[in-house]
Amino acid sequence: MQQFFQQLVAGCADGAIFGSLALALVLIYKATEVINFAQGEMAMFTTYICWALITHHGFSYWPAFFLTIVIAFVGGVALQRTVIRPLERASVLTVVMATIALLVILNGLAAWIWSPQLQFFPSPFPTSSWVIAGVHISKQDAGTVGVTLACVLVLWLFFRFTKLGLAMRAGALNPNAARLLGVRTSWLLALGWGFAAALGSVSGMMVAPTVFLTPNMMQAVLIYAFAAAVLGGLESPVGAVVGGLALGVMLDMLGTYVHPVTSELRLPVALGILLVVLLVKPAGIFGRVVVRRV
Amino acid sequence: MTRLTRIGGPAGFVVLVAAVLLAPLVFSHYRTYQLAFVAVYLIALVGLNILTGYTGQISLGHGAFMGVGAYTTTILVVDHGWRDLWTIPVAGVVAGLIGLAFGLPATRFAGPYLALATFAIPLSFIGILKRFPHFTGGNIGKSLPQLHAELGVQANPSLWFYAVTWTVALVMFPLAYLVVRGRFGRSLRAVRDSEIASTANGVSTAAVKAAAFGVSAFFCGVAGALYAIGITYVNPDTFPIDLSILLLVGIVLGGAGSLGGMLFGALFVEFIRISWGPALLGVFSSVHHINKNAPGSGLVVYGVVLLLVLYAAPSGAAGLARRATGAATRFRRGKDASLSDPSLV
Repeated sequence: MQQFFQQLVAGCADGAIFGSLALALVLIYKATEVINFAQGEMAMFTTYICWALITHHGFSYWPAFFLTIVIAFVGGVALQRTVIRPLERASVLTVVMATIALLVILNGLAAWIWSPQLQFFPSPFPTSSWVIAGVHISKQDAGTVGVTLACVLVLWLFFRFTKLGLAMRAGALNPNAARLLGVRTSWLLALGWGFAAALGSVSGMMVAPTVFLTPNMMQAVLIYAFAAAVLGGLESPVGAVVGGLALGVMLDMLGTYVHPVTSELRLPVALGILLVVLLVKPAGIFGRVVVRRV
Repeated sequence: MTRLTRIGGPAGFVVLVAAVLLAPLVFSHYRTYQLAFVAVYLIALVGLNILTGYTGQISLGHGAFMGVGAYTTTILVVDHGWRDLWTIPVAGVVAGLIGLAFGLPATRFAGPYLALATFAIPLSFIGILKRFPHFTGGNIGKSLPQLHAELGVQANPSLWFYAVTWTVALVMFPLAYLVVRGRFGRSLRAVRDSEIASTANGVSTAAVKAAAFGVSAFFCGVAGALYAIGITYVNPDTFPIDLSILLLVGIVLGGAGSLGGMLFGALFVEFIRISWGPALLGVFSSVHHINKNAPGSGLVVYGVVLLLVLYAAPSGAAGLARRATGAATRFRRGKDASLSDPSLV
């Protein structure tokens, strides 16, 4: 039983990371109707920036952390304005291909600038842990969950209580009507990219201490995040977080109690869960069935 | 369809066959060996194009279906003593069935979500290979016997490999043409152009997409079998996610929805790695101090090439050719009929 709770805690920490990247995916999808394949690589790239700030430029952790979030936000907006916006009138296929091109470029650039070798990335949280009823809760896991929840809270407050948040929701719901009412929808898309990049950078910086920093570190995490988003229902922000936690716990439990499932099979299992969800409940846990019209 | 497109297909095919027959006379054995891989990529691209170009579904996982084909061939040859040629159709069928099994649930996704789900295939494939080492050879992989001529033919191995790959390619190419031409091809394009409208007209979009997924995986499986025979070893690093992305770049460059354009795409995929990429970087490095052999530089090159093509010529090489022939036709008959026809070969 003790082992069970131990795995539950570890699963929640993994799940929080999946959840935060899933949230970024859902956010950009709600705002733009485009899936950004470069989401994971943007997170990886900004994590490298944070690493460079700390190791080469003498920053301490938290200033580097917040500076990276700002850089990520500006970078996300800039990418949307320079790379994606010229394709505004192009087909979805073309836009998706452009984000794939970004994925490739960012992945290559990171290896080029910082070399593809594993780098150690510091964690802001101590390595010690609390012991509650025999269950070790590492401060790092608790910190990861806390940071993720804080991000979700900030985003929710932003979308719920600010005028800009309202405009973004309006722009996503009905772009034409929003534009007629004076909302500058094109810039809102750029803002959406900025927020997603900032959120992605947080998940990158949270995941890097455990998986180590490499140009490919976010590829698997992106898949887990996507599986989490599908599990929760692709258009629901709450679903993204709940889906992330559920997936994290599920993978850890399977890894502990079902012996044929070794670490190599984590990703195939996540893919399997994804496909089963699609067969059984395509709209996800929190999703609504969307009626499409011509 | 204009008259031009009707005769354009077969005529173009005859020219291709002639070029294939003449090439080994002109080029060295090393170049011939490289050109054999152009045939391998051509098969994979033509297959992926059925899914991406004609059905409008992006896949980031078809490199892994090449991997399934390659491993099928390797395991049959090494562990069961098959002759490598006979494994090619088996590899295609195995990859096709796995593709269909994945496609049935996954094609419930609309548009870009399918692409994201397929992103998991190459990553999962590598994990599965490492998990069952007694079957797949694990991290080390497996080696095939050295490339050699078979069926009693005395020939240079490169030349033999060239003959095999292009024979298969020249069979698969018309096969793809038959797939995209008839009633099935029409429903593929209907799904691409409007899922809702095609459903309303009695096309089962899920079934059509899943079938397209299976067919394209079959093509990639065949290509993978040839690939394994050519490079004579397979391991988990042979089929990375980069390969899947490179295939997609080839499609966009050749022109999604054009079979003939895939020839250009295949040439690009084979030669960007070994000569064009470094040459492009060389242009930059003369201006700036850039290390041509730096890790990741190759990826940056094809990412940038992909972006430039998306801006400058979104319909790829085939689109440019079509624009040229369209202009010629317009000039001759005073109207423009061939521009909107995606089945132009």
